[in-house]
Amino acid sequence: MEMLRDDNWLLSVGTFLPMLGVAVMLFVPKVEERLIKAVALITSGATLAVGGFTLMRFDFGNAGAMQFVAEATWIPVIKSSYFIGVDGISLPLYFLSMVITFLVVIYSLDHIPSPGNPKAFFSLMLVLQTGMAGTFIAQDLILFFVFFEVVLLPMYFMIGVWGGEQRQYASLKFFLYTMFGSALMLVAFLALFFKTGAESFAIPFLVENGASIAKNVQIWIFAGMFIGFAVKVPMFPFHTWLPDAHTQAPTQGSVILAAILLKLGTYGFVRIAIPTLPDAAIEWAPYIGALAVIGIIYGALGCLAQQDMKRLIAFSSVAHMGFVMLGISTLTSFGTNAAVFGMIAHGLITGMLFFVAGSVKERYHTLEIQRLGGLLKQMPRLGWILGFSSMASLGLPGLAGFWGEFPAILAAYNPAEGLNVTVYRVFMVIAALGTVLAAAYLLWLFQRVAFGEPKPEFAGHDHDDHFHDVNKYEITAWAPLLIAIVVLGLVPNLLFKVVDPAVQGALSAFGG
Amino acid sequence: MSVVAASEVLNPLSSGWFLENSWLIPIIPAVGFALIIFFGKRLPMKGSEIGVISMVASLGMSAGSAYQWIQRVGSAAEGQFVEPVIRTWNWWQIGGVNLTIGQSIDGLAVTILVVVAFISTLVQLYSIEYLHGDRRYTHFFAALTLFSAGMLAMVIAEDMILFILGWEIMGLCSFMLIGHWWEEGANSRAALKAFFTVRTGDMGLLVGVAILYFASNEWTTENLGVSGFSIHGISAWALSGEPNSTVILMASIALFIAAIGKSGQFPLHTWLPDAMAGPTPVSSLLHSSTMVVAGVFLVARLYPVFFEGFDILGAGGNLIMVIGAITIVIAAALAFVQADIKKVLAYSTVSQLGYMMLGLGAGAWLPAVFHIFTHAFFKACLFLGAGSISHSASHHSFDMRKDMGGLRKYMPITFTTWVISTLALCGVFPFSGFFSKDEIIDNVGNNGYTMFMVIGLVGAFLTAAYMTRATYLTFFGEARGAAAGQHETEHASDHGHDDHGHDDHGHDAHDGHGPRESGPLITIPLMILAVLALSSGFLNATPFGKSWEKLKDWVEPRAAVVMEVHASGPGESRIRAEEGHHSSPCGSETPKEGVCFAPQLEHAKFKWSKALLSLAIVFAGIALSWLLSVALYTKKNAKLVGLTSRNKVLGAGYRLLANKYYLDALYEQVIVRSVAGPISRAAYWFNQNILDGVLHGVSRTTRSVSSWTYRNIDQRVVDEAVNASGRATKGAGGVVQPVQSGKVSQYGALLFAAASVVALVLVIVNT
Repeated sequence: MEMLRDDNWLLSVGTFLPMLGVAVMLFVPKVEERLIKAVALITSGATLAVGGFTLMRFDFGNAGAMQFVAEATWIPVIKSSYFIGVDGISLPLYFLSMVITFLVVIYSLDHIPSPGNPKAFFSLMLVLQTGMAGTFIAQDLILFFVFFEVVLLPMYFMIGVWGGEQRQYASLKFFLYTMFGSALMLVAFLALFFKTGAESFAIPFLVENGASIAKNVQIWIFAGMFIGFAVKVPMFPFHTWLPDAHTQAPTQGSVILAAILLKLGTYGFVRIAIPTLPDAAIEWAPYIGALAVIGIIYGALGCLAQQDMKRLIAFSSVAHMGFVMLGISTLTSFGTNAAVFGMIAHGLITGMLFFVAGSVKERYHTLEIQRLGGLLKQMPRLGWILGFSSMASLGLPGLAGFWGEFPAILAAYNPAEGLNVTVYRVFMVIAALGTVLAAAYLLWLFQRVAFGEPKPEFAGHDHDDHFHDVNKYEITAWAPLLIAIVVLGLVPNLLFKVVDPAVQGALSAFGG
Repeated sequence: MSVVAASEVLNPLSSGWFLENSWLIPIIPAVGFALIIFFGKRLPMKGSEIGVISMVASLGMSAGSAYQWIQRVGSAAEGQFVEPVIRTWNWWQIGGVNLTIGQSIDGLAVTILVVVAFISTLVQLYSIEYLHGDRRYTHFFAALTLFSAGMLAMVIAEDMILFILGWEIMGLCSFMLIGHWWEEGANSRAALKAFFTVRTGDMGLLVGVAILYFASNEWTTENLGVSGFSIHGISAWALSGEPNSTVILMASIALFIAAIGKSGQFPLHTWLPDAMAGPTPVSSLLHSSTMVVAGVFLVARLYPVFFEGFDILGAGGNLIMVIGAITIVIAAALAFVQADIKKVLAYSTVSQLGYMMLGLGAGAWLPAVFHIFTHAFFKACLFLGAGSISHSASHHSFDMRKDMGGLRKYMPITFTTWVISTLALCGVFPFSGFFSKDEIIDNVGNNGYTMFMVIGLVGAFLTAAYMTRATYLTFFGEARGAAAGQHETEHASDHGHDDHGHDDHGHDAHDGHGPRESGPLITIPLMILAVLALSSGFLNATPFGKSWEKLKDWVEPRAAVVMEVHASGPGESRIRAEEGHHSSPCGSETPKEGVCFAPQLEHAKFKWSKALLSLAIVFAGIALSWLLSVALYTKKNAKLVGLTSRNKVLGAGYRLLANKYYLDALYEQVIVRSVAGPISRAAYWFNQNILDGVLHGVSRTTRSVSSWTYRNIDQRVVDEAVNASGRATKGAGGVVQPVQSGKVSQYGALLFAAASVVALVLVIVNT
């Protein structure tokens, strides 16, 4: 793989800048809330600016190449190095993580969940940002693993401290489940390391040499990675931590979790598991595809059974990530492109849905669908934004969600050579059925929450201060997401042209 | 017909600005939509002016395109294939696939463009008065304008992706407009039902497009230089003899399912009558003359695919014909038991869409397209007429039995236009429906499908009968309920029964007046539409000979074998007709050289004897129904009134119809209930109890194992046996403890060590 080393400071700055913010924040007294918010806002804003600069400097004509590559010795004993870079697959995710964090900070200026303590809250958020960005730029497996794990702790505390009533249970479940996956993933990484001659943890090196490992060994190593990433995605049947984590997490946590954290898993498949172990990938792909379509249908059924709006959105993630995994499991560049697009689109759309759910909860103090109703009447803007996001989420063409879903279905018609065509065509039809169910649960949600008259218990509150429509913090935080959903829906090539060359490279073992 | 003499030089085809820039036609209302959303509320007419202006602009462009298309056809030699005006731009590329977006304008496209833009304009004008003072007036115009943009985009689409885009935008707008008065549960349920039913069909669209793409892409790229999403590429591929018959059959079935959903064909027709919960202009535009014909349009657009896939013109008929024929009859039968005037029209629409499908299935492509054209005018007129009645005469009620009757005296314009359109719908000479519907029936018979022709005639009889009943109930007899000025009490009692939701749009300015004629913004569109309902049939008046068959000349693609010419710029003629063929092999055999874009179809020769037979059937329907209506509703004939409750057979039939063949019960009570209820609950139970149960079991076991280890091994065995190494023991305990307590800070070292051990074992085992 080609390596471009210009501007090699950019990624490190972009990744670790939030830590500088955390360091500054340590010296700010806890009571200076305004100052703390300012530091958080400036730090995340500056990080985003660095991200924007990275976009500007990125050579889009050469999106298949690793760019801004930096290498430094780190832990020579185990031959792991500080080796970073981005290509067309990681760049959009890297940038998205910065955008989401910045928007979440804006939203939090006005919405610190109880029990308060903005200092700790924002610090964790910034640490989280470093972990997420780092995962997407790491080109060394140990470095990747470290960042992957760094993400866990802040999220654990975010759920455990600022979460809902069952936050203890949810945060522990989230933590231990992911840990369990990570452990097996690490085993797989080490096995890969040893089997390629214990020379390097660098991903490009492993991609080059991984294919020479005997097939049956590859299959075992892949199994470890599969568990690690599948838990994170999450794929059926490893998804049960997700609804609990989402339901209990504060809005900010849910948004980051949905928008970025879940992508760490799918990104792992595209970046590491499949390119390094192509023979195993071919063997595993049908099973991944099967679990993906089970997830699509199962997630949708889970949604239909929910009484809680936030839990419903959480289950919809299981279904949507099923489409992403279906695209990946075809092992075609078409499907993988769709998957990467699906990751971004899901990040924007589901992030948006969680924002709306958070704002509904803040006003009504409940997310029980039965008790809600007439949102459009009491808060028309919030209601329409919910409608818009639901439409985007169900894959309406012209909005971003469609380009993750439809090409994934399309790709399943014609999977990579060596995969059973009939099986995948069955997957295609099941996935198409999933789009119908998606329409069902999202519109049903919208109908129950937004249409009709407000329920008696909330009917009289129209002039309550609490019962305001979308405020300026909310609209500032949401507008970029809403715009991006439309723009990417109309001009999908903005993303495809960056992702495609990199995907071609990652899948070169499968003949494109 | 497709004879081109060897000596004849093929003419270069003319084009023009309108044809080259037809892509602007959907863009204009799309921009209009955005403007209404952002600025509508601040404008003097609350955004409706933007809607109307953008539709007028689209109409102007459509008319210009139609004019230039006619010139283009005129510039071609006889039998020369008139290629569509195609312009494409790159949209996105992935994995070597280059997807373009663009326009493809041909006779079919311009016909529908003109119809859609025209009806949209009239409906928008009508809505200015009809929805005056509505609480979501601006929203209404925004959604109406976006709808038109979606339909127009679908019509000009060069590729299937843009087609899907337009198709789904219509679905979305339909949802927004049916649920326009979403405060009432019935309306929002109807909106959900419509979107969801159509979406179920859309599954077929996604699957069908996927199949076609992969099946045709290689061929189209090689032979035409376009991708397998391109509509004209797919058409040529379908007729090339290349496709595997199973693949193309699968694709056809999948796409046809989408058409069934969208066009309200049996068995997915149940959403359409419920969709009448929307404001009447919506019913008129979306659910009669434009959106619901999208399914028919899909079949007409990709006709070569269906032609080959379903073996159209083959013996014995095919799926399209069967579905079309069933739909004609079952929907017409349902129209008899409706009390709501809009539901009569809704079932009538379903039934007429069945005719279009029947025609397409039987190889009567042009008559079917012609019927889309004429049906749009008279059905829009009928719906707007129903709206006019509820607006000005029946106090927002649509109940013919309770609130209408005798209205011809009060509403002369509405009455006249209604009667003209009814006669057109029934197919009475010389109204427009006669020319199109009779053509369909005639051609179905001519192509050898006698049984289907008989069903078509039965349908014509039923149509005449139910429309006569509706006309009688509305305009004749004595005035009842609101029409007689008793709206106060009726109004209240209506609320409960009326399951389409009360057409109550928040303005009660007319309280206290009796029935009267509506204002000019309502009557002028009615009159324009009535004139067209009367005259539009003459565009293809087969009875008067070849020179009257204009539409056939302009719209039907000529089935010539086309040789490909590569060396020319974009938008230029890349295709020329093969010379010297005496009858086109397109559709029947594989052309040896060149490609076909349309199958060769036959046209029935018009015979007055056949036409008179069908006219006689129509008049019999009208007469019989009139006599029955008089006896039932005015004279209250004791033998007839209540017959359904006395006679068992009739009663069973009535209940079957009143319950809509129990299809709604099947869908809503059985399928939807079970998926939304027990099935999803079972899945969730599995989630909470099995998957999480395993997890909790594992964690309980781990906890008890570790605490047992701690108590028995760590504390007892180790502690007691090896007193000296107490410090080391504590270290070991410290390793176990964090696992059980969930303390997380020390997990890293533990994890890393454990993983290394396992990895080493794995490596050793495998070497």
